[in-house]
Amino acid sequence: MPELKSRLLQALIAIFGVLTIVFFIMRLSGDPTLLLVPDGATAEQIAALRHVLGFDRPLLVQYGAYLLDLARLDLGQSLVQHAPVAGIVAERIPYTMALAGGALLVALGVGLPAGLAMAVWRGTWLERALAGFVLAGQSLPTFWSGLLMILFFGVYLGWLPTSGSDDLASLVMPSVALGAITMSSFARMTRIAVLDELSRDYVAAGRARGLSYGAVILRHVLRNAAIPVVTIAALEVGNLLAGAVIVETVFAWPGIGQLAIQSIASRDFLVVQTIVLFVSMVYISMNLLADLAYGVIDPRIRRDR
Amino acid sequence: MRRISLGTALIFAGLLAFIVAAIGADVFASNDPLRQSLLLRLRPPGTATATAYFPLGTDDLGRDLLARILYGARASLMVAALSVSVSLLVGVTLGLMAGWFGGWVSIVAMRAVDTMLSIPAILLAVLTVAVLGPGFFNLVLVLGLTRWPRYTRVAYAQTLQVAALPYVRAAEMAGCGPGRILLRHVLPNIAGPLMVVATSEFGLMILFEASLSFLGLGIQPPYPSWGSIMSAGRQYVVRAWWLTAFPGACLFGVVLCVNLFGDWLRDRVDPRSQGR
Repeated sequence: MPELKSRLLQALIAIFGVLTIVFFIMRLSGDPTLLLVPDGATAEQIAALRHVLGFDRPLLVQYGAYLLDLARLDLGQSLVQHAPVAGIVAERIPYTMALAGGALLVALGVGLPAGLAMAVWRGTWLERALAGFVLAGQSLPTFWSGLLMILFFGVYLGWLPTSGSDDLASLVMPSVALGAITMSSFARMTRIAVLDELSRDYVAAGRARGLSYGAVILRHVLRNAAIPVVTIAALEVGNLLAGAVIVETVFAWPGIGQLAIQSIASRDFLVVQTIVLFVSMVYISMNLLADLAYGVIDPRIRRDR
Repeated sequence: MRRISLGTALIFAGLLAFIVAAIGADVFASNDPLRQSLLLRLRPPGTATATAYFPLGTDDLGRDLLARILYGARASLMVAALSVSVSLLVGVTLGLMAGWFGGWVSIVAMRAVDTMLSIPAILLAVLTVAVLGPGFFNLVLVLGLTRWPRYTRVAYAQTLQVAALPYVRAAEMAGCGPGRILLRHVLPNIAGPLMVVATSEFGLMILFEASLSFLGLGIQPPYPSWGSIMSAGRQYVVRAWWLTAFPGACLFGVVLCVNLFGDWLRDRVDPRSQGR
């Protein structure tokens, strides 16, 4: 399979590129030692640390050592928390996964039916109303919708907890806030995919055979329209993880997004670096997975290639 | 001239209001956005004193919210316009060169695009701003230098198409150098799709500026930004709803108008996409 090989190679290049970019960003300020020492360290302590961490070596040597460490999955020690960075981040990952899962559920649950309805009832008031809804979801700043929900459902009505991670109920508002933008892209994609399929001959053929419009859509159109939507779903997971930075800060949800912001404040930059690398790796893998899944679900593409 | 619908007119009016408010912030604001008054903390909208009137109320330090929102619009417009200009310049230059020269230039450029797009933009911005330190200049620099890949993709694909057209071949045979061909003959023909991308990026940049300022990584206090006003208002969301409601509504409205304008522009540039 030459296609698989070239996609794997592309992913490897992207991974290598991400590692390189992050390496150089960490050195943009000139002296990365200063990013890692706790506040109030003396000049001697900084100099000693610079030597221990190897930041006094030539840049290329540092780069090689960085890649070797990462290849051995050694992400370093946090100098603030005196613990391995990998552990600190891994502890928070399940929370972000739960949040991203909830958001994906909201996005799929609302976005797919909305997109389908917009395509089927094209040109009616329903389409226009849904289009407005989708557009609003796309333009809503997550931290604003989050705060408004806290104010209304949390404080005014008192139905849902305003922050924290005690039970499933506290996952509802963050998921809705985070899922809104993704919902919009699902609705748009589904609408276009369904419209594309509705204009095909098999729809007319199905109708001519005496199938009802609804049956044609359920049995044939949806199955074909699902293909591009599945691809988008995989890509959106990466966006959800990134969007979590803001939503988790608003709702005090203890995932990697909140950890990233807390770590910037406490100057724990290795943790921030690890989070950026982790999310990027997830993003690249999902991209690869989406491309490969495309071929598996849609036999036409396999043959064309 | 095609008739402009009421909806389109509203979009233009919204964008115009945003730009006028941003440019004329010092004219429209009756109070200094930085002047604190601890006696006038968290006053509701419509508060009037003997010397001043606060149509949208005051914030946690007794500053006029309307003035801060107006100056916040200015920060927002400046960051978005400057960072879009920087990324447009970088992205289009790379895309034109990749499309024209092909070969290893295009391989390197397009792999760089893939790599940049593999790091979620907001995280890349968060990391870079955190390393460099927050502030207006760094914000523009970071957003400008991380958001070029989409322009490169579009410019590359469009240049490939246009470069094969007879008139470009004719210009080449007439002895034009690559610089002249790309700037005078290719760029004007691919400007439409690039403007569509730039519009959607403009909306995103407004959101990014607000988000980063909300996280404390953008415009620094005491200078106002819609994001930082809301970040401060978060603690008082129960006592002072206006601190989150008004800046958020402005942000939502402006981004909505920019997105709608982008859709309108796309329909004009590419009639096939009508209503999609």
